[in-house]
Amino acid sequence: MSVRRTAPTNVLTSTVDKAARWAQTRSMFPATFGLACCAIEMMATGAPHNDLARFGMEVFRASPRQADLMIVAGRVSQKMAPVLRQVYDQMPDPKWVISMGACASTGGMFNNYALVQGVDQIVPVDIYVPGCPPGPQGLMHGILTLHDRIMAGKA
Amino acid sequence: MVSRELKEKFAEVEWGDSHGQEVVRLGRDQLIEFCKAAFEAGFEVLADVTAVDWDRTRQPRFDLVINLLSMQHRRRLRVMVGIPDGDPVAPSLVPIWPGANFGEREVYDMFGITFEGHPDLTRILMPDDWEGYPLRKDFEVGAVPVQFKASHQVN
Amino acid sequence: MTDQTVDKPEVEEVDLWVSGTEESEWDTYSTDEGAQKMRLEETGPRLTEQLGSVVTDDYDLDDIVTEDERMIINMGPQHPSTHGVLRLQLELEGEMIRRSKSVIGYLHTGMEKTAETLTFLQGPTNVTRMDYLAPLHNELCFSLAVERLLDIEVPPRAAVIRILMTELNRIASHLVAMATNGMDIGALSIMTYGFRDREQILAFFEKTTGLRLNHNYIRPGGVAADLPVGWRADVTDICDTITRRLVDYEDMLKENPIWTGRTRGVGVITADECRAYGITGPTLRASGVAWDLRKAFPYSGIEQYEFEVPVGEHGDVYDRYRIRIEEILQSVSILRQAAAAMPKGDFRIDDRKITPPPRHRIDESMEALIHHFKIFTEGFRVPAGETYVAIESPRGELGCYLVADGSGKPWRMHTRAPSFYNLQALPIMMADSVVADTIATIASLDPVMGDVDR
Repeated sequence: MSVRRTAPTNVLTSTVDKAARWAQTRSMFPATFGLACCAIEMMATGAPHNDLARFGMEVFRASPRQADLMIVAGRVSQKMAPVLRQVYDQMPDPKWVISMGACASTGGMFNNYALVQGVDQIVPVDIYVPGCPPGPQGLMHGILTLHDRIMAGKA
Repeated sequence: MVSRELKEKFAEVEWGDSHGQEVVRLGRDQLIEFCKAAFEAGFEVLADVTAVDWDRTRQPRFDLVINLLSMQHRRRLRVMVGIPDGDPVAPSLVPIWPGANFGEREVYDMFGITFEGHPDLTRILMPDDWEGYPLRKDFEVGAVPVQFKASHQVN
Repeated sequence: MTDQTVDKPEVEEVDLWVSGTEESEWDTYSTDEGAQKMRLEETGPRLTEQLGSVVTDDYDLDDIVTEDERMIINMGPQHPSTHGVLRLQLELEGEMIRRSKSVIGYLHTGMEKTAETLTFLQGPTNVTRMDYLAPLHNELCFSLAVERLLDIEVPPRAAVIRILMTELNRIASHLVAMATNGMDIGALSIMTYGFRDREQILAFFEKTTGLRLNHNYIRPGGVAADLPVGWRADVTDICDTITRRLVDYEDMLKENPIWTGRTRGVGVITADECRAYGITGPTLRASGVAWDLRKAFPYSGIEQYEFEVPVGEHGDVYDRYRIRIEEILQSVSILRQAAAAMPKGDFRIDDRKITPPPRHRIDESMEALIHHFKIFTEGFRVPAGETYVAIESPRGELGCYLVADGSGKPWRMHTRAPSFYNLQALPIMMADSVVADTIATIASLDPVMGDVDR
């Protein structure tokens, strides 16, 4: 998801590339996609005790057109799956997806007819955060890992 | 006393006791009459309407369970109605208690029991084009087989 | 023009993933729910249901049908203010709402079907994720239903621990309700304050149960573990802090002209309508009915504590907010009494067929090993029967209808979810109000979609 290169690489473009990646990580806007219990932990991560604002991510954009990170927080049911895809498609590039919690990553403890067994069947996922629910420190570790991957040019 | 009047009026139905709670078992044709009388006798709140699928262990196959609550007299009453498999139709209680609306739609969605006289009998929890009734005993849970890394099975 | 070969610069194509080009079977699904869609020309019972007027009929049908400034808008499932995945279709006439229809099911998890595949000991893990703001209440309801079928009584210490934990959970849930209510209306700082105070309670939960949310602590037979060392100081600290801070929040909101202007007279529902629709909890109490299951059908020894049930008058958003604040204070009072009256003893029943033996006994006794094995593989058997148990959760009457057939798993487990029945009040409350009031109304109803959809 880095800057598309259509010119020969040299030291000038690689510095620009690095600057672009640095800018992307320092002010990522998450889209509100809180579904279930993980949404409460996501709100608690934005709350004062475990502050997400120090990473520039306090503003949860309601409109997907203005967001670049989608944190799928909670269980995705059969009825919600097309909505998830539609919101993902409405986000502009570059965009990343964090699948938060066990239900979003694999279906969690609900291995049944009603849930999509893993959000990666619908959208491409960059980071999976385990836990039921993960807890603010776990989610922040996932977000910071995503930042590191973007800085390294891997995502 | 509330239930004594009802008991005298409907002496021929089966009154029982389940762990300290009063339960009455009716036929489908007596349901509306009984519920109207119960409403007059003080059961002004419908707490819950749900169903049980007994599958092949019992005839009739389904049990429609209605939990009534009387706030003025502080009593509860449970009404159970047998619904056969070949003709899963029951009269709707929405004209008496409008709060039965969502509950009856859920019973229709999960069990396939239709309610005559319901204003808007459509699926409520599953998508509109879903086939099958999930809480019936012949509907599979839909578990996806999970293969763990250490197992020696191969797909 | 003829082709002119131009020297193109070296193009280095990097293998990039470009969004929108991958195949996904979900692309072809539409989010349009055929039968759920609200139509402009609606007649008959569907129209009555969407108008929401049952007890008091205050609409003139011709008035609605002949207007041509009507528009149907969709407050879709992904929305910052719908408290989860609730979809509302509103018919607007200018800024006024005439009809509304709510579509739910976007969080349906099949928990009732899953419950038939889990043993009774695993049941609380499943049930606790229904109402995820008050998980201990779900577990308590399920455990009480199982204990009634088993015909057992938990020891007194377990009963008092259960009340302690559920009242703490009620405070945490009402703090979230206050926080989101404020944030939706525009008082953004209340959101940070509510979650800050909640952190203290969640830290205590983590110390006692191991998890901040979805604890699986209250199990049939008692509780999973005893209270930690130093719990009394923690609980007293929580009580003192909350009492002190609530004064600040009251100062911020109670007499605030913006707050009262946006919440007084908004989202009104009368007591008759509440009873007709089966609405319980703070919504019912705000309309003037003093009905609380902790007083009417007491459970787990709560009748020994002195507390009051706050009752409102007007049934509007302001009254519901005041009642939640008062309930926090009443819960603090119950907590103090429970902490003072905590008896010594077992934290779970001694019957080894139901609760597992302590770990160190497994090395010493063969019988303990067999009991442990049977409980964790097959589960304990519950005699055949059926029962309905209801408790007072922060949202209203939370009930569990449990049918057992003599095996180790339930035959049918149904939860009477308070938010499911409370949502039926939305068309009534939103009738003839403006769009901005919709947000305040939904926030004051405090629905939890995990409870609604299960």
